[in-house]
Amino acid sequence: MDNASRVRIWVNMLAKRHTWSSTMHAGAQADALIAGFHAGGDAAVGAWMCWPNHSALRGGPVSRRLTDSERSKPSRRGLIAKMSWKKDEDTDELGALMNLDHSAVLQEARMFNQTPIRPRQSRLLLAKILFLLYRGDSMSTNEATNLFFSITKLFQCNDMSLRQMVYLTIRELSTISEDVIMVTSSLMQDMQPKSEITYRANAIRALCKIVDPSMLSGIERFIKSAIVEKSPAIASAALVSALHLFNDAKDVVRRWGNEANEALNGKALSQGPSFFGRSSSTNQVVSTSNIVQYHAMGLLYAIRQHDRMAVLKLVQTFSGQHKSGGSSWMGGSGATLRSNMAHVLLIRYAVRVMESDASLAPQLHTLLEEWIRHRSDMVSLEAARAVCQLQGASGKQLTSAVNALQVFLCSPRPTVRFAAIRTLNALARTQPEAVQPCNVDMEGLITDSNRSVATFAITTLLKTGNEASVDRLMKQMQGFMAEISDEFKAIVAEAVRSLCRKFPAKHGVFLAFLASVLRDEGGFEFKRSAIEAIVDLAKHVPECKEAALAHLCEFIEDCEFTKLSVRVLHFLGEEGPQTARPTMYIRHIYNRVVLENAVVRAAAVNALAKFGASAAADAALQQSVRVLLRRCLDDREDEVRDRAAWALRMTGDGAMRGKYVRDDSTFALAVLERKLVEYCANPAAAAAGSFSFEGIPRISRAQEEEMRDRARVETMDAVLTGSAISAPSKQAGGGGGGGDASAPGTPAAGGAAGGFVDAFEQQAQYAAKLNAIPELAAFGAQPLVSSCAAADLTEAETEYVVRCIKHVYAGHVVFQFDVTNTIPEQVMEQVEVVMEPEDGGSGLEPVVVVPIPELRCNEPGSAYVAFERTDPASFPTAAFGCTLKFVVKECDPATGEPMEGDDGFDDEYSLEAADLGAGDYMLATYIPDSHSVWEALGTAGEVVEVFALAAFGSIEACVASVAALLGMCPLEGALTPKSKAAHQAVFTGKWMGAAKTVARTRMTYQKGAGVTMELAVRSEDPGVSELVVAAVA
Amino acid sequence: MGQYFGKLFNQLGFGNKEVRILILGLDGAGKTTILYRMQVGEVVSTIPTIGFNVETVSYKNIKFQVWDLGGQTNIRPYWRCYYANTDAVIYVVDSCDRDRIGTARDELAAMLSEEELRDSVLLVFANKQDMKGAMSAAEVSEALGLPRLKNRQWGIYKTSALKGEGLDEGLDWLVNAIKGT
Repeated sequence: MDNASRVRIWVNMLAKRHTWSSTMHAGAQADALIAGFHAGGDAAVGAWMCWPNHSALRGGPVSRRLTDSERSKPSRRGLIAKMSWKKDEDTDELGALMNLDHSAVLQEARMFNQTPIRPRQSRLLLAKILFLLYRGDSMSTNEATNLFFSITKLFQCNDMSLRQMVYLTIRELSTISEDVIMVTSSLMQDMQPKSEITYRANAIRALCKIVDPSMLSGIERFIKSAIVEKSPAIASAALVSALHLFNDAKDVVRRWGNEANEALNGKALSQGPSFFGRSSSTNQVVSTSNIVQYHAMGLLYAIRQHDRMAVLKLVQTFSGQHKSGGSSWMGGSGATLRSNMAHVLLIRYAVRVMESDASLAPQLHTLLEEWIRHRSDMVSLEAARAVCQLQGASGKQLTSAVNALQVFLCSPRPTVRFAAIRTLNALARTQPEAVQPCNVDMEGLITDSNRSVATFAITTLLKTGNEASVDRLMKQMQGFMAEISDEFKAIVAEAVRSLCRKFPAKHGVFLAFLASVLRDEGGFEFKRSAIEAIVDLAKHVPECKEAALAHLCEFIEDCEFTKLSVRVLHFLGEEGPQTARPTMYIRHIYNRVVLENAVVRAAAVNALAKFGASAAADAALQQSVRVLLRRCLDDREDEVRDRAAWALRMTGDGAMRGKYVRDDSTFALAVLERKLVEYCANPAAAAAGSFSFEGIPRISRAQEEEMRDRARVETMDAVLTGSAISAPSKQAGGGGGGGDASAPGTPAAGGAAGGFVDAFEQQAQYAAKLNAIPELAAFGAQPLVSSCAAADLTEAETEYVVRCIKHVYAGHVVFQFDVTNTIPEQVMEQVEVVMEPEDGGSGLEPVVVVPIPELRCNEPGSAYVAFERTDPASFPTAAFGCTLKFVVKECDPATGEPMEGDDGFDDEYSLEAADLGAGDYMLATYIPDSHSVWEALGTAGEVVEVFALAAFGSIEACVASVAALLGMCPLEGALTPKSKAAHQAVFTGKWMGAAKTVARTRMTYQKGAGVTMELAVRSEDPGVSELVVAAVA
Repeated sequence: MGQYFGKLFNQLGFGNKEVRILILGLDGAGKTTILYRMQVGEVVSTIPTIGFNVETVSYKNIKFQVWDLGGQTNIRPYWRCYYANTDAVIYVVDSCDRDRIGTARDELAAMLSEEELRDSVLLVFANKQDMKGAMSAAEVSEALGLPRLKNRQWGIYKTSALKGEGLDEGLDWLVNAIKGT
């Protein structure tokens, strides 16, 4: 699912939040609401909705994105502005607000320059300006600056509600206007202890928006005292402001830890002057939210987050809330958290401690379980969710969490039900059996009036359900498909898709369901998911293939989405020819040629070509297809005509046809795309010649399929979890890729293929990094060969972790050292690797050494050493002794800033040797149809050698080490010997990324004698064969 | 239009309208101290003004709306944003700061050349007279080039904001000057 639709889901959720938050504040005075909402509203709502991080508290990414995405509707803050309006004006004015004109409002703003100030009118105008801003109107810097200076003149008026609007507007303008520091003095004036509470709190909030870190020390004193202020309004304003400032001025804000701690542990102040009220006013609203604790918790964590012990202590301090038996293990001091939202935060922090230090996990787990029984729903939900998301939580541990969630499923409040079912849904994806006890309750939720809850219930049930319940579920889903939004429909379709794999016997039900939803209205994403589900079914459940194809044919008869038509046509072309009655599909396909747009017509022509070229096609069928194709030659569109002409030529030529049909490989599309982009971006290359396909690795169709599957599962995960957890991504891999047993001669499927495809992406990243360094970029556009796996040059768990990756250019070899500094107390500078040839190495001349200028803790960097091959015809191998050389400086572990005045000292660290073998010159790439390539290469360039490898105890071990030495792509079955006594394996690759090379091995194993292996290598470059054989010797 | 009516009121003895006054001058001249001395009659501790302070000051039943703008180099360019509708400018000079009196003169000249301030009255406070080695009012006047001003009603008073000396005299002059225009 793409970002846009994810955002839409957020917006839906947000819509629900509106109602909640506005009822919460309903009693508050409208003006105060505007001001107060920024504090309480943002953060409170954020925590409640169980977002995976607490950025809502920071007012950062989440809330920002929300306002961006909501621009089309009146935004959240816009609504608030409107609410304040309602109080003063009749409804006609409200209507006028919707049609505000940007420039007219700015004109009107001249009013601010007049004296005397008219508070009421000015306030109204400010509301209009805010409305424009919240609506998403953009304002130029100039306009904003002018406006800003006009608004500063309003400081002369002491009308409280006007001043509040001024604060708000300044906050909004602070990012657009220039010279906002002009109000610094005025705001500081307003935040002095002698000002009124409302002034003080709001002035602090506005001030933190305009102050720059260098000026912060000037106001530090005031903010510190505001944090420990009795009034919750002021204290939380100061705390939230501190959090906002934290990113820019870590050093200063860090000094406020004690104050934050005091605020956190402070006495309950809910009877004091309230958040919204004025100390002297009559309409006081008593705050019971204990918001200060929540904000203090957030700030304290921000300050101490890198200090695990401090965070642990924070958790411990509040662990003793329910003194029950063994829970006082950490001597909980009995301090209490009155704020539930603070408690939610605490749970998240506890989880982070658990994640970083496994030894504490059992104890914290006890704590979490206790918190699940907390009397507040919010805390209980959060604790249960935390347990469910823990990696490797045991079944027993999950039980209590799931039990709690089960109870929440029956809650009268939709929000609670939603949070519970959402958590269960996420859990069901990894551990469906743990969720099964809730099946009965979830079935009840299918008819829930809240469609989001219902959809989650269904999709969860689809994961936890058994074969018997599928029929019933599908029937129920049929009923509500019409009522849910497209995003959820797509989720349902995806769920059905995975269910198809799980219960192939039920294909009839699924197919009927999918076909019927396809007939209904729906957007692209949803239709696409349904189509993919049907395609999946057709591929993996042979019995229903014909029925599935028929449904697809029906679908394209009336399909509004070009992309989907193309997808279906392609699939028909793939599968149709093998069916009993291909003519039926041909009719459908040709209909598209007659009726559709050019893109679809072109795809239809291709599909027809596949029918014509199919080995299964008899002469009559071929003839008919050629007749149809010939008609396509008259098409209006070039592309369609071209394809038709090509198809005619190809279907008429037996040999070519065979080649086309047999071709089971395809280019690695990611690499192809990157190369094409490079080619197009570089006019010199375009002038030099046409694009070359030589350097582009090929992968088999099975691999490609698997790659797609993986990508799909990952996106689904990301959508469903908000990309919070990186769930194991290979769920579909086993069932999918292995299913259609690929013909011998295709690369080994399964995990290896996945890694293989990843390697392409990896290489693209390497190339980008290398090209960023001018010295290395000079060697060529990108390395011809890069080693796939990084070799570790250090043990794990050492001070410095170094991994080596080798890149081979036409005339150069580059060693890339990925270095990680794991010591928080120090910064490494001028990090370089010194390489001394130990063995061999003649013919390699060191040319460039690229050090890492600065290396902070846990921020990996790459150093490079480059060699030139002095003789282009020889490919030297060598082993190098490596030493890491660097300057060490002490630093503040929290900031990573080096201590001032520390000049550092030189240090060395010896690494394991780095090897350069013949395999490193070989690009492991899949060569389609390796058998005929082998034949074509002939015996001229062949080198055969027999090795007696007594050291190996099994064929498996032997073949694995040979594969590593060769650096070539193992074909299907190469790495998984079927017999213990004898094995044959084929490897393919391209020497220096160009010369096709095929290696065949035969090995036999006898107890006592070890492995005897015959290795035969043929290559386009005869010299290469010897080098390859030598690599093993 | 309203502006002209305002002026009319002014001439008739201010009516309900506040008199709008700007306090300008280089940083550290004592502007903020003067403002609060005028408003609350006490010396308050101040820090360099980043931006401005605005207060309403009552003097002899006349309401002054006083804008004290920061004098730091980076704030001075923004003075002009506040020139409109100004009845009088109080220009504060540190009488001990002989080094920068030239800068003070240049800033003053630049300010007075602004069209928006064409009709405003200029009152100069030669401040910090309590300190040793302070220039006299005449010296300051000469250094600022006041005698050569044309088409401008101006006055200069020696003041000490710390001791509260000279401020009332200056304001008295100002009231009369504005009434007279």
